[in-house]
Amino acid sequence: MAGTVVFFIFAIVAVSAAWGVVTSRNIVHSALFLALSFAGVAVLYILMNAEFLAAVQLLIYCGAVAIMVVFAVMLTLRGDVEESSGETKKWLPGAISAVLVFVIVALVILTNQEWRILPSAWLGGGGATDISFLMFSRYMIPFEAAAILLTIALVGAVILAKGVKESK
Amino acid sequence: MNLNLSVGLTSYLLVGAMLFSLGLFGVFAKKNIIAVLMSLELMLNAVNINFVAFNRFVWNQQLNGSALLTGQVAALFVIVLAAAEVAVGLALVITIYRTRKSTSVDEFNWLKW
Repeated sequence: MAGTVVFFIFAIVAVSAAWGVVTSRNIVHSALFLALSFAGVAVLYILMNAEFLAAVQLLIYCGAVAIMVVFAVMLTLRGDVEESSGETKKWLPGAISAVLVFVIVALVILTNQEWRILPSAWLGGGGATDISFLMFSRYMIPFEAAAILLTIALVGAVILAKGVKESK
Repeated sequence: MNLNLSVGLTSYLLVGAMLFSLGLFGVFAKKNIIAVLMSLELMLNAVNINFVAFNRFVWNQQLNGSALLTGQVAALFVIVLAAAEVAVGLALVITIYRTRKSTSVDEFNWLKW
């Protein structure tokens, strides 16, 4: 029962913060709403017994990604911050297709009988120990590939942002 | 009293669908490219909710063993990808800003004049 109340509070927080991200005309407000939405999703992870993932979500999304977005805003902002993030002229087709996607997906979700599953007892941990065991045994190669990807992304981001010096 | 208010798989999937649609709208409609990147993050987050929800509700019933957390591991890889994507994306934004002095997607039209 308490879980239901918590779920609805934080689901509404996450979704309305996401609404704030896409409708706010001030891009700094958008970034702060983004952090709030990520925090709401982290609570949903805890409700789904994914404690480690909730911690990772808070650290990486709320901590790193939101701050990095704010830095990028600071480095690129020109003019009035109140009007920094408007809509394009053709926002209406985008709105229509987004609503259409939502309606179709919601219809699929609501009409599929196999997905009407209520929570059963959770058997599988979800802490760092269990996930790291799986990562170092069954998902060893994707784990190493992710490490290589992160290294390449780091180097690439530094090179791109710093600018390559023109050689003669 | 047979009212069951427990939150099932459907509710989580609907939250994921709402976040995904809002992100999709943002990708289509926002003018500032940093806002477009933020909307992309929202969409990736919605996918993560679906991974964890299916792992919690469907996978949980079908097997119990060492592979029970597969969905959470997949969500973790999505988080890694999202972090790499936002780092490279923002570096690209800064590079483009340096030459065009703008972050508006309406002005990124090198290929036509």
